[in-house]
Amino acid sequence: MTFPVLTTLIILPLAGAIATTLVSGKRVESVRIIGQITALATLGVTLWMLADFGTGRAGYQFLSDHSWSSDLGIRWIVGVDGISLFMVVLNAILTPIALLASQRVEVRAKAFTAWILVLEAALMGAFLSLDLVLFFVFFELSLVPMYFLIAGWGHGRRQYAAMKFFIYTMAGSAFLLVGILTVAYLHRDATGLLTFDIRVLQRWAPAGLAPATAAWLFAAFTIAFAVKVPLFPLHTWLPDAHTEAPTAGSVILAGLMLKLGTYGFLRFVLPLFPDPTVRYAWVLLTLSVIGIIYGAIVAAMQPDLKRLIAYSSIAHLGFVVLGIFALTQQGLDGAIFTMLSHGLTTGVLFLIVGFLYERRHTRLIADFGGLWKAAPVMGGLFVMTAFASVGLPGFSGFVGEFLALLGAFLTHRWFAVVAASGVILAAVYLLWAVQRVFTGVPEGENATIRDLSVRELTCVVPLLGLSLFLGFYPRPVLDRIGPSVKAVVTHIERSTGYEAPSPSAPEAEESPAGPESEEAE
Amino acid sequence: MRTLDLIWLVPAFPALGAAVLLLFGKRIGEPISGWIATGLMCLSFLTSIVMAVAFVGLPSEAEHRHVVTVFDWFASGGFEVKMGFLADPISITWILFVTGIATLIHLYSIGYMHGDARFSRFFAYLNLFVASMLVLVLGSSFLVTFLGWEGVGLCSYLLISFWFERNSAAVAGKKAFVTTRIGDFGFMLAMFLIFAHLGTLDYGAAAEGIGELAGGTATAIALLLFLGAVGKSAQIPLHFWLPDAMEGPTPVSALIHAATMVTAGIFIVARAHPFFEASQVSQDVVMWVGAITALTAATVALVQNDIKRVLAYSTVSQLGYMFLALGVGAYGAAIGLVVAHAFFKAALFLGSGTVIHGTGENQDIRTMGGLRRYMPLTALGFIVAWLAIAGMPPFAGFWAKDEVLAKAFFHGDYAVWVIGLCAAVLTAFYMTRETFLVFLGNERFRAASHGDEAHADHGGGHHEISTESPTVAYPAAPKEPWLTHDPHEGSPTMIAPVLVLAFLAVIGGLIILPFKGIEILGHFLEPAFEGVKPIYPTSFLAGFGLSVLAVGLAATGIAVAVSMYRRGLEDPNDDPIDRRLGALGRVFGNAYYVDSTIGRLVGGPVRAFADWTARVVDQGIIDGAVNGVASGVSAIGGGLRRLQSGIVRQYAIVAFAGVVALLVYVLVRSL
Repeated sequence: MTFPVLTTLIILPLAGAIATTLVSGKRVESVRIIGQITALATLGVTLWMLADFGTGRAGYQFLSDHSWSSDLGIRWIVGVDGISLFMVVLNAILTPIALLASQRVEVRAKAFTAWILVLEAALMGAFLSLDLVLFFVFFELSLVPMYFLIAGWGHGRRQYAAMKFFIYTMAGSAFLLVGILTVAYLHRDATGLLTFDIRVLQRWAPAGLAPATAAWLFAAFTIAFAVKVPLFPLHTWLPDAHTEAPTAGSVILAGLMLKLGTYGFLRFVLPLFPDPTVRYAWVLLTLSVIGIIYGAIVAAMQPDLKRLIAYSSIAHLGFVVLGIFALTQQGLDGAIFTMLSHGLTTGVLFLIVGFLYERRHTRLIADFGGLWKAAPVMGGLFVMTAFASVGLPGFSGFVGEFLALLGAFLTHRWFAVVAASGVILAAVYLLWAVQRVFTGVPEGENATIRDLSVRELTCVVPLLGLSLFLGFYPRPVLDRIGPSVKAVVTHIERSTGYEAPSPSAPEAEESPAGPESEEAE
Repeated sequence: MRTLDLIWLVPAFPALGAAVLLLFGKRIGEPISGWIATGLMCLSFLTSIVMAVAFVGLPSEAEHRHVVTVFDWFASGGFEVKMGFLADPISITWILFVTGIATLIHLYSIGYMHGDARFSRFFAYLNLFVASMLVLVLGSSFLVTFLGWEGVGLCSYLLISFWFERNSAAVAGKKAFVTTRIGDFGFMLAMFLIFAHLGTLDYGAAAEGIGELAGGTATAIALLLFLGAVGKSAQIPLHFWLPDAMEGPTPVSALIHAATMVTAGIFIVARAHPFFEASQVSQDVVMWVGAITALTAATVALVQNDIKRVLAYSTVSQLGYMFLALGVGAYGAAIGLVVAHAFFKAALFLGSGTVIHGTGENQDIRTMGGLRRYMPLTALGFIVAWLAIAGMPPFAGFWAKDEVLAKAFFHGDYAVWVIGLCAAVLTAFYMTRETFLVFLGNERFRAASHGDEAHADHGGGHHEISTESPTVAYPAAPKEPWLTHDPHEGSPTMIAPVLVLAFLAVIGGLIILPFKGIEILGHFLEPAFEGVKPIYPTSFLAGFGLSVLAVGLAATGIAVAVSMYRRGLEDPNDDPIDRRLGALGRVFGNAYYVDSTIGRLVGGPVRAFADWTARVVDQGIIDGAVNGVASGVSAIGGGLRRLQSGIVRQYAIVAFAGVVALLVYVLVRSL
């Protein structure tokens, strides 16, 4: 038996969390060291897994499959493919950074560290599970640490925000649970086998479900994931949660938890319900396009810098959903790439806003001004990240958004045209924020603000560097995403009459007149 | 072959400079970082020359394009883009003048930026700016060009708002980026269309497939690309960012106007000319937008009082000429004007930078005059460039502009030709006005206490400065306080570039002489525009007649201006042009109120709408509905009101409800 890498990725942070609880709460340093070592060890294992990952293969790798509860058909199945790979990597990268950024959390540092690690474990579990119930458990489990992080270490209206976040996403999950159980039981009725194994179910469901049933189940899954993304108009929990969450919470919330929604579409909705997916794609495309434009407009008017970034996430995630429901190789590639890229750049933006808050105890844009002069390194990095977030070529954001838009353009031209205008709006709200916060002459407390410390730079620079690297050389990521995406698109094509367009260059073209000549014969 | 494979070095040198200076600039400090940047820029220029020589030396006629692939950039399904550079006559022409002029501007900046707190940072941005432009012109596909295109946009933002402590600079940078982004939106859509229909973004492969495109698609692609060009090259209706762009340090203006930014629009139309050739509609649009911009911007330039603002509108106008030529199909003439314009406009901007520098940061031409006595070399350079832009033979501007107008005439576009001639007269006028008000005529820059003859002439002491300008929005009134010392000439590193550029503006005409057999640039560019129908004059006499007419009209424009400004201004607040134009002057002075109208719209209704969306729709309606549902549920739940203690119970309830629903469903199904 080979070493169970993926199970380790789930257990390791959990073990670290338990270890921290064993240390006395007064020994904050030890707690932090244990937390950081755990997070870095998890990162190490993840990188080892990444190095070993077979590029060019579509299927699940590092699979482990153990019976858990044979009566109920629930199994411990974990595996990774191109769709989940970079979410796992992102999780492993963001957790140590979130811990490092939270060194200033003095109150109940022990519980804080433990919750972050539990969150990492839950997210690892959610991205790796191939059993629907197992996924659901981790999906729900991730809410608990995030709830406590917001309610325990948040700002102003943290109780309200935490509760809203919890109830709202829970309400969505209820639909998901119903959907999961229904699919599994219908499958048992049809075949006699009770299983929640996505690999089995996705082979059966496209043909096995009655069209109307498939449509209802599609709706149930979609609502759950749409709340999580969040799609317009189900988004209002997000700005509240983000604004009140501690920095580490925001980084992980934006970087990973929102991606559970888009990941859910990719992993479950598209493969299980290809027919309704093709038929109702326009609904999700419409909502995503509205989200892109609406998120940008509302972001522009926010008086609170953190809220502004929260709304910008709605716009970015709109590009992801647009790419997914474009149902083309480029669209899905772009969507997954954006999921990764958004985690990097928005992570940096939230980190810097957090550092600002620690210095000035405000996040109101009107309270700032001229910070670029007072803190040139911070200003320069924020401006750079703003441009990365705007989708400037040379940064990872461009690769993802461009592919998502291109993919959508091939199948749903006008949606892509409207969505592309979001690129202009992104420049408007971010550069306006930069102007108000960072340009001008600093006055009062703004004039004496400290520039970023080495620790803070350590948080920010790797993420930004990665975004820059992937902007110029996205191949390592695209090559690993590609085959799995192709498998999903092919699966949809085989299950439905849908055909993904694939324009080809004139030289490589066998027959631009191909279909016509066939008709002639 | 092997030499051309190294063409990536051309953008690599300045890119390296940018990286080094961004990371270590502060430690390197002034002036070494300036010399590093200038040195690398110079290396890039030398490499460009080597590349050009190697390119000309290519063996056969067929080998007029050479693609170098550095690495694979994108790969997603059938969408593959290589990070590749293309050497062809167009890109070779561009890299030569871009690197050459950029080197001079770098050199100039060492003196100009002396003492600035962010000296090294400035050179880092400058290097990055040029590197981006070089990627733009060397890209072997639309996407690589777009990388440079957006890089140019980023650097224009950073450099225009370089002195970001000043709010106007910060706003101008943002304005430039956002406005050009509207054009970038068009560029992106054009790329989507090209890929959707041709399956590639590679220039070579796309050009081959154009024959298969439906006419409407070709028109759409061409017009979307042109939207991108309109943004970058500041044509109507996206022209309004450029005059504000002078908020940046003056060398940046020179770079933007001459080398690195605004010619990008001309470039993309020339590069993508097969799409435009395939659509008559798009060519007409390009031609008319160019013609209208050329004339309109020239009228605005007539009454501007800011030394750089005159030049800025002049650039908009000159770019209009270039688009006019592109629309006519006279690509060689357009590129000829690009090169000639680059020489004289860079000279004019650098010259005006020296003036600003030497007169205590004064930019108002109403309070200058007679500066030739204090900065004779700069004056010499400026005057040569003035004659060039005014279209006087034998300077480069004459040959270039004459060529554009002649092509329009012989193409049968007489209306456009007449518009072009009118703009030429205006150009001659406003450039003469500026030159005379700055370098000749009476001295109007002295403070009252130092009152000299010039001012004693009219009642001693200086004039009351009216705070309200009747005509021009910016600057509202002549600058105060005035100089208490003599204006001074720039340092040698500042004078030399101006003189070199002025020299080029004189002899630059040699490469674009319109005589058969010696039209060096036209002949060099020919292979790049294979298949484009050349335009020839109907006879030598007709061509000659047109030239005489053009020169005659330009000379008239100069003569009128000289008669008005020969002695400078009696009173800085009383410009004869304002009196003569009357109400029209106000319209010109405010640039037809386009900018202020847009400003009012964005600041008013647009902002109100966004605010309404954020407050009423988002917080009121959508979030209100959510909270309404939540309170409704908890009201029904009664005892569950106390949310803090009720998490587990709520979870249980919801999960329970789900399970019940599921069981009911399964039961019903299996019955």
